[in-house]
Amino acid sequence: MAERAAPVDAPVVSMDAITKTFPGVKALDQVKLDLYPGQVTALVGENGAGKSTTVKILTGIYAPDGGTIRIGGAPVTLNTPNDASRVGITAIHQETVLFDELSVAENIFIGHAPRTRWGLIDRAEMHRAAKVLLDEIGAPFATHALLRDLGIASKHLVAIARALSVDARVVIMDEPTAALSHKEIEELYELIETLKSQGKAILFISHKFDEIFRIADRYTVFRDGAFVGEGLIADIDEDALVRMMVGRAVDHIFPDREQAVGEDILQVAGYDHPTEFADIGFTLKRGEILGFYGLVGAGRSEFMQALFGITRPSKGVTLINGDIKVIRSPADAVAAGIVYVPEDRGKQGAVIGLPIFQNITLPSLKRTSKSGFLQLAEEFKLAREYAERLDLRAAALDQDVGNLSGGNQQKVVIAKWLATQPQVIILDEPTKGIDIGSKAAVHEFMAELASQGLSVIMVSSEIPEVIGMSDRVIVMRDGRIVAEVAGDELTPETLVRHAAGITAAQLQEA
Amino acid sequence: MLSRTFPIRETILAGAIVVLLALIASRFAGFIAPSNLARVFNDTAPLIILALGQMVVILTRCIDLSVAANLALTGMAVAMINVAMPGLPIPIIIAIAIMLGAVMGAINGVLVWKLSIPPIVVTLGTMTIFRGIIFLISDGKWVNSHEMSPAFTGFPRAEILGLPVLSWVAIVTTLIFAVMMSRTPLGRSIFAVGGNPHAAVYTGIDVGRTQFQAFVISGALAGLTGYLWVARYAVAYVDIAGGFELEVVAACVIGGISIAGGVGSVGGAVLGAIFLGVVKNALPVVNISPFWQLAISGSAILIAVAFNASAGRKKGRIILKSAEVTS
Repeated sequence: MAERAAPVDAPVVSMDAITKTFPGVKALDQVKLDLYPGQVTALVGENGAGKSTTVKILTGIYAPDGGTIRIGGAPVTLNTPNDASRVGITAIHQETVLFDELSVAENIFIGHAPRTRWGLIDRAEMHRAAKVLLDEIGAPFATHALLRDLGIASKHLVAIARALSVDARVVIMDEPTAALSHKEIEELYELIETLKSQGKAILFISHKFDEIFRIADRYTVFRDGAFVGEGLIADIDEDALVRMMVGRAVDHIFPDREQAVGEDILQVAGYDHPTEFADIGFTLKRGEILGFYGLVGAGRSEFMQALFGITRPSKGVTLINGDIKVIRSPADAVAAGIVYVPEDRGKQGAVIGLPIFQNITLPSLKRTSKSGFLQLAEEFKLAREYAERLDLRAAALDQDVGNLSGGNQQKVVIAKWLATQPQVIILDEPTKGIDIGSKAAVHEFMAELASQGLSVIMVSSEIPEVIGMSDRVIVMRDGRIVAEVAGDELTPETLVRHAAGITAAQLQEA
Repeated sequence: MLSRTFPIRETILAGAIVVLLALIASRFAGFIAPSNLARVFNDTAPLIILALGQMVVILTRCIDLSVAANLALTGMAVAMINVAMPGLPIPIIIAIAIMLGAVMGAINGVLVWKLSIPPIVVTLGTMTIFRGIIFLISDGKWVNSHEMSPAFTGFPRAEILGLPVLSWVAIVTTLIFAVMMSRTPLGRSIFAVGGNPHAAVYTGIDVGRTQFQAFVISGALAGLTGYLWVARYAVAYVDIAGGFELEVVAACVIGGISIAGGVGSVGGAVLGAIFLGVVKNALPVVNISPFWQLAISGSAILIAVAFNASAGRKKGRIILKSAEVTS
């Protein structure tokens, strides 16, 4: 394609030295991103690299803490989504953010519908204009159709029609193919070509390398919230791109662990779910840390929740110490010695309103009660034991847990689980969204648990953490286990290849 | 250390009741005579019992609007049983009333638990259904005092240690609930389910089943109150305790039970009911029209909710070391 070669135009959007900090986390650090008219720029990076934050800044949802955004050379501030749409930036999200109960035409024109003389919405004109837009992009449905009756691909078309209706100059596509079939993806590619020919600048975010190399003209790589590099797709191969994504300086020391794993503790076989995962089976040994790596949406958390009895798999067998355990509910799992520390600890962790000691004893109420009545002395004893073990800083154990700092609340949640004396602990994204210092503390602690003979399953999307902590790593993709990696094979490149579905053969070609 | 907010809230409410009593006493001293206070308490007893049941339901993030209809249906049923079998001993009547009420509560609970229908919809529906059933079984006729046996109507009025049985039932229910909420796994689960349902799931607590249990408790108490109500007033008809469910919810709200679930106490529910009881009994005495009574009850609800909202507002994080020591 000839027009790919020479980027003579000036960028239509230019982000420079953009910084965004959330409490305790630097999400973006001095990043730059340029988007050119008539070209597709792929934004590439691991989970947590700062791609979503960038999209939210461009669409006016977050305000950056520092840096400048230029549109056509002039600096702008995008404080609200309205500001973004006024300068011609529009986004098509992974899960479409449109209105299910409204018609296609209403969705396209919501907020800027044509008006009659009396200030009312001119429905006839709206449907006529919508029809023109839909024809332009080859959409096969009526303007009167309700959005909820459309498939995801059609919803994307509506979003694109909406982008055209506001005369967008910049179209952001955040993993647009995630839920599309092969044919629908091809149609999307054609549409992207149409948009390109109209001179729109497109920001394309995807984890799938085949898509990036198929559709993008340029790439920009972020890693850990920092800009790594940019260039023309024509000048790079997959291997080099993977290296840019994952390669990093050692900025974090992981605890040294004696790899002395014992006998099999947990055996899982044949876990199937009609829509989320299939054929999951593995073994976990005493004192082992088993990493679960994959892209977001690979089915890792979904499987773990099934293992824990929250969602029931249609089939699947769990053995603990060689005995079959029937796990139909979380209570069964806790009784069998499995506990699950979920990802969103704010939402799923501490019970605000209950005092610290009652939070800690919540899963152990059977143990702290005698003939149906709770024994307060027992509860305090149990709570104190684990609070001390975790160095919990609280004035008193009957203090409301809501008054504790985030880090201490997290300790309460972990103390709660340890108090059940589990054999297997599942940690779902244990360090997501916490600062470097706290991360190190969590890693220390995880290593200590393993050294005490507890078996740990760690679901993590952070490659350094997976490699630094795990004895063995299972990689999942599209709901299936695609690889088990250990020892020398445990490198960032291997993990990314398996997770993104790049075969060795493809890499040889590249 | 003022972390235990429950006693503060209750102390303020108790203070409000004392101030209210003082105001009334300034115009009509006889109101605070012990015998009259005992009469007011006895009159409030059904509200206290129902408020305790409602409290458990609200704590689990649900609501039970069918309590008054449940009460009326159970009351009618036991009254008709009494007419048909005047010899049936009162303990059996009470057992039947509690069981009938519990079954109706279980119906609410199952619909919420297994079909995931919002509790307000479920209980709005069953409320209407229960009232309809009363009409069907009674043909819209009243059961009057001369048809009931003396034992049936006498039980709630019998005095033990100077207080009627009705009052004692409220006191004993309160004590049982105090123990249940603070000292049993069920009580703890109820708080956990309302406080953070997601966390409760991961802790091995079945959220739906806990809500079901709450509805059964609320229903059983409504059944018990149904017998006491019909026996005390010696009459049963379709519209008994019409609209009383709103008074029950109001007592809970005034008592500081968060409508969002997870926050509340037995003491709060009881004091909330007593506050409404005092307002209802005192206003006619001091010559204030019953319409003002509605306005005063309504204002009390709004003030209580506003107060709870401001108390629950985020105080901000404790970051300063100095603040940590003094908090």
